[in-house]
Amino acid sequence: MTDKSHSPQTAATSEGALGRFMRATEIDPRLLGMVGALLLIWLSFHLYGAILLDGGTFLTPRNLWNLSVQTASIGIMATGMVLVIITRNIDLSVGSIVGVVGMYAGLLQVEWLPPSMGLGHPALWIIAVVFGIALGTLIGALHGSLIAFLNIPSFIVTLGGLLLWRGVAFLASDGRTISPVDPTFALIGGGPYGSIGSTGSWIVCALACAGVIWMMVRGRASRKLHGFAMRPMWAEYTMAIINCGVILIATLVVNSYGWPKGILKDYYATLGQEVPEGAFIAHGFAIPVLILAAVTIAMTILMTRTRFGRYVFAIGGNPEAATLSGINTRAMTVKIFALMGGLAGIAAVIASARLNSATNALGDLDELLVIAAAVVGGTSLAGGVGTISGAIIGALILVSLQTGMVLIGFGDGSYRKIVIGLALVLAVYLDIVYRKRIK
Amino acid sequence: MTNPKTGTPLVELRDISIAFGGIKAVDHVTVDLYPGEVVGLLGHNGAGKSTLIKCLSGAYKADSGDVFINGERVEINNPRDARAQNIETIYQTLALADNLDAASNLFLGREIVNGMGFVDESKMEAETRKIMARLNPTVRKFKVPVSALSGGQRQSVAIARAVYFNAKILIMDEPTAALGPQETQMVSELILELKAQGLGIFLIEHDIHNVMKLCDRASVMKNGQLVGTVNVADVTDEDILGMIILGKKPAKAA
Repeated sequence: MTDKSHSPQTAATSEGALGRFMRATEIDPRLLGMVGALLLIWLSFHLYGAILLDGGTFLTPRNLWNLSVQTASIGIMATGMVLVIITRNIDLSVGSIVGVVGMYAGLLQVEWLPPSMGLGHPALWIIAVVFGIALGTLIGALHGSLIAFLNIPSFIVTLGGLLLWRGVAFLASDGRTISPVDPTFALIGGGPYGSIGSTGSWIVCALACAGVIWMMVRGRASRKLHGFAMRPMWAEYTMAIINCGVILIATLVVNSYGWPKGILKDYYATLGQEVPEGAFIAHGFAIPVLILAAVTIAMTILMTRTRFGRYVFAIGGNPEAATLSGINTRAMTVKIFALMGGLAGIAAVIASARLNSATNALGDLDELLVIAAAVVGGTSLAGGVGTISGAIIGALILVSLQTGMVLIGFGDGSYRKIVIGLALVLAVYLDIVYRKRIK
Repeated sequence: MTNPKTGTPLVELRDISIAFGGIKAVDHVTVDLYPGEVVGLLGHNGAGKSTLIKCLSGAYKADSGDVFINGERVEINNPRDARAQNIETIYQTLALADNLDAASNLFLGREIVNGMGFVDESKMEAETRKIMARLNPTVRKFKVPVSALSGGQRQSVAIARAVYFNAKILIMDEPTAALGPQETQMVSELILELKAQGLGIFLIEHDIHNVMKLCDRASVMKNGQLVGTVNVADVTDEDILGMIILGKKPAKAA
């Protein structure tokens, strides 16, 4: 026993404070790494601006608020792409689905319905939203059926879809831009009016924190019931503080971004007042960001707590075993692509609402960002592995790189593409290194 | 050894045929199985054993022929139908999703859900811990994907899947092929235990010693056809080898 470093005892005691912390809190080290990368990217852009330009503009409430809105549509689609990629498929058509859904939802509310219903009819936006999500779901289900029942590879079906639906989007309006959309519909895209303000944001913050704590209490009760090992109480408290802290900071940030002067003026004008001295109205959380949060929670529950989610993982891990276990893998494929299409429909609603118009270029190249977000977020192209939370952080990383490049004066598309391309390859390489090390 | 062949068989595969692209993988084969009996299915690789058995487990649909359970004709079109008839299969490939933990594999397709329809992960893990403690106490990792388990432990998970759901008819496709001597012994004991509980077991097996030790009867196939079925107690291992290799039925065949 000369080489003590290999004895288990030494290994146990040499597990540092960090290792103990990680094990007790059960934080996924991979997720922590991605959050670290995200913060590093944010800090780098901010410091670059602070040192080499007039001042750091990245870590400002305004930019972070914008970042959250810009991430919404990509993030929503990335949650669906996780399922598609886990089951060893790919969906190249999501950007074009955004285009075609945005276009038809735009035509519906701007040109087709108003003549009979009247412009600004209160139900108009609801019809447009429901129609958009339904159309996206239908297109996705069609793709899924071709893949499941005719055995055409998903790459080919959705590559065809990428071209086809973009063409349909153009023909639907002969290339015209459809604008402006219904004013209520436009709120879904965010903006000063499409945000819930300071009070609303604090309510969301309180509910979210209560939800986090409720889930932790329930998780603990369940472990106790079945006599499983429990996390130490200090770890529980730490996790509660971290989770609620993040929610609290996000709320503070969106609540310190005030409406711009022009909007304030318009707002007080409608009240018949002058803008008071030192007037400040906070944006608060934007509606698309709340939709993203709701989708994230729903998709996480779907993937971790339902049979559907288990079957997705099982199909990805071993399609044959899934079939032999009585899982209808074909029906699953149709459902997964339909879900992906529905999420693209939601993304189309948000994107066209944010633009206040529908163009046939809406969502152009989104498929690449969405796939990159899922992959950067740890979804394995070999199938069987992936998380919703990872995909959201992946989306944040990619959108941060995009907006960050603009902020530091490299807004030219070429630089952005180079950086995102490099980031994608680097992220996957780091993931491979990480997976090898834990094996 | 008493001959259990009286009354209605638990399973009868009658006149089953299935072809793949013109090649008759199974050609008018009839085999049966009684409760509390182990029937060995023997033959060379490609003789059609696994294919025949997949018609019972729902993985394949026979081109012609009928399946009878307790004397009643049943339709088995997919693995769900087979499970509904209490037919459980342990595949040679184990059919485990390597990326999922033991509990997820054990309950795959039959998850325990709570009142709200959500998967009850803790309950499933607790049940898995219970059955694994009985079948293979060396399995102690319940939070990791089954790819992290040893070959024998993975086999135990596959067996636990069949045993947990109260199979009446068990199909085992070379259950000991990848196992060490100790684990093989464990599986043998389990087979005898399940047999004593009144299960009918189809055992696909290459090792003639295991066949002589575990099986009551043996049905031998060659080139998709049934050579014959014999009472293991009435024949020698040479007789059975002769059937496998030469396709020759011994004089004393049952």
